Amino acid sequence: MSGWEDVPGFVSAREGGDMPTVMVETAQLREACRHARDELGFEVCVDVVATDYLDWGGKGVAGYIGTASGRDIMHPSTHGLQTLPAAKPKRFSVSYHLLALRQGAPRLRLQCWIDEGEHVPSVVSVWPTCDWHEREQNDLMGVVFDDHPNLTRILMPNDWEGHPLRKDYPIGGEPVRFSDAE
Amino acid sequence: MTIAPSHTGGRRRWPIPFEPPYEGTRIPQRVPTILDVRPDLEDSEDVFQINFGPNHPSTHGVLRLIVDLYGEEVVGLSAVIGYLHTGFEKTMETKTYWKCVTYPERIDYVGYQNNELVFSLAVERLLGLEVPEKATWMRMLLCELNRIHSHLVFLGTSALELGAISMFWYCFREREQILDLFELATGQRMHTRYFQIGGLAEDIPPGFYPECRTFVEWMPKALDDYLALLDRNQIWLERTRGIGVLSPRDAIALGQTGPNLRASGVDWDLRREQPYLAYDQVDFRVPVYPGGDVYARYRVRMDEMAESTRIVRQCLDRLERMDGWPWIVDDRKVVLPPRGELHTSMESLIHHFKIVTEGFRVTEGEIYVAIESPRGESGCYLVSDGGPKPWRVHFRSPSFVALEATATCMHEALVADLVAIVGSLDAVMGDTDR
Repeated sequence: MSGWEDVPGFVSAREGGDMPTVMVETAQLREACRHARDELGFEVCVDVVATDYLDWGGKGVAGYIGTASGRDIMHPSTHGLQTLPAAKPKRFSVSYHLLALRQGAPRLRLQCWIDEGEHVPSVVSVWPTCDWHEREQNDLMGVVFDDHPNLTRILMPNDWEGHPLRKDYPIGGEPVRFSDAE
Repeated sequence: MTIAPSHTGGRRRWPIPFEPPYEGTRIPQRVPTILDVRPDLEDSEDVFQINFGPNHPSTHGVLRLIVDLYGEEVVGLSAVIGYLHTGFEKTMETKTYWKCVTYPERIDYVGYQNNELVFSLAVERLLGLEVPEKATWMRMLLCELNRIHSHLVFLGTSALELGAISMFWYCFREREQILDLFELATGQRMHTRYFQIGGLAEDIPPGFYPECRTFVEWMPKALDDYLALLDRNQIWLERTRGIGVLSPRDAIALGQTGPNLRASGVDWDLRREQPYLAYDQVDFRVPVYPGGDVYARYRVRMDEMAESTRIVRQCLDRLERMDGWPWIVDDRKVVLPPRGELHTSMESLIHHFKIVTEGFRVTEGEIYVAIESPRGESGCYLVSDGGPKPWRVHFRSPSFVALEATATCMHEALVADLVAIVGSLDAVMGDTDR
């Protein structure tokens, strides 16, 4: 099925898997979301999730994919080739998982890609539920949502430094603060 | 000591009303999750700001509400969460899939088996594994028992908060029976880690079916007891009816799912609309109540317990005919070999060693899997780079979304209603903060 070209800021679409994925221009994300809600009938935004692809496919990252026809695990010689995973366009992906409340529960993933320092337009005005979802991704992944009415930390303390879910966030070794310390 | 998240009150920069700001919406227009004090009361000295929680028995954990009171009326509200944030998503990125299964159930510690299921389903779909029929039906049975368990905790604690102390003991009596069943089947009362990638960890032990039958026969009587205690109780009815109303449109705009959405009159259940496991082969009804108030949310959960009991009975009918069937997929690259083989087969020993030390590799890709957990749509977003550890795991937690509706429900509520409303949204703080 096609027809995704009508989505404002359309870049590319991928069918199959769990749900269709439509990549859109970051600048036109809000228009794309409004289109998905009003024209395509995806009235619920169930989730907003950002992923950090820093060092994706790099050293120490296992690349080991199955055969084209699927993973035939019972036959050792068909395990697949030692390949690197497919390259990603930018560092962060921000995915919006949408759901339509009608027969068959159709779902759609709107996705945009950003690099460090780039911003994403907030869609709180389209789906009020994105308020906390966007705050969470801002808090843990450091994605900045423009025009968000209240973009503050939500899960981490207000004075926390860094964004823990980023791949370059140091694991362990965070300073331990004591109550009597300045 | 980590400094607790402090209330900033939101920056009052620009009001961007969500669009279209339809007639009759109660969602606050400036920030959808913060109820601002009315302009005419803003400078009043009679508005009193209090801190509700984080350590308050009726916040079901550590939820902090900053409440503005005008007399007894709640005129402003904002929720502060994050006190139970433990970084599960980050931790799982450093564990192999085999070890990861332990984490999701600790996220939602009341609906643990459902969270375990959603993660297992996500990995299985990426791998393309076919789970044996027996495992599917047993998963369904345990998930429904878990749903009853979760609703019992909801009912017991929220009734306790409104003064019905005896309800708590009755609910926990039945909860105890469910936990005993979990212990019998899995060896653990909570956080069972019984669902493995590919099926179940162990075969269903002898004696489980009769015990479960006894419970299924007992549960409808217990439900009648609850109804007799609460549904004709004038105090209960007055404390719940017409309180915390959430309209269907507001519920959808706020992304509500599960019992909270059905209590607002939206007929939506993922078990029926998007059947996973074998939900298309069992007969059950989806309770829907139009009220949108605390009472409707309580009734939906009461009816769901009855429906879940019916599903458990149907699962038992099927499972009792599956003696000797495989409970886990026979795939040595993903599943641990049977223990006995380790003494005789070098191959099995190698597979065992590889899975335990290095883990199995999962096909590259991204996937979002959603199930109907006791609290609504519980989703797992998983990105794999083809290695033995997940690249990114994210859980869409229904409690997180349910708490977003607090400000909307708090329309003309008194401070006593606040306890009823927060309880009725049934948020588990572990699930909210992850």
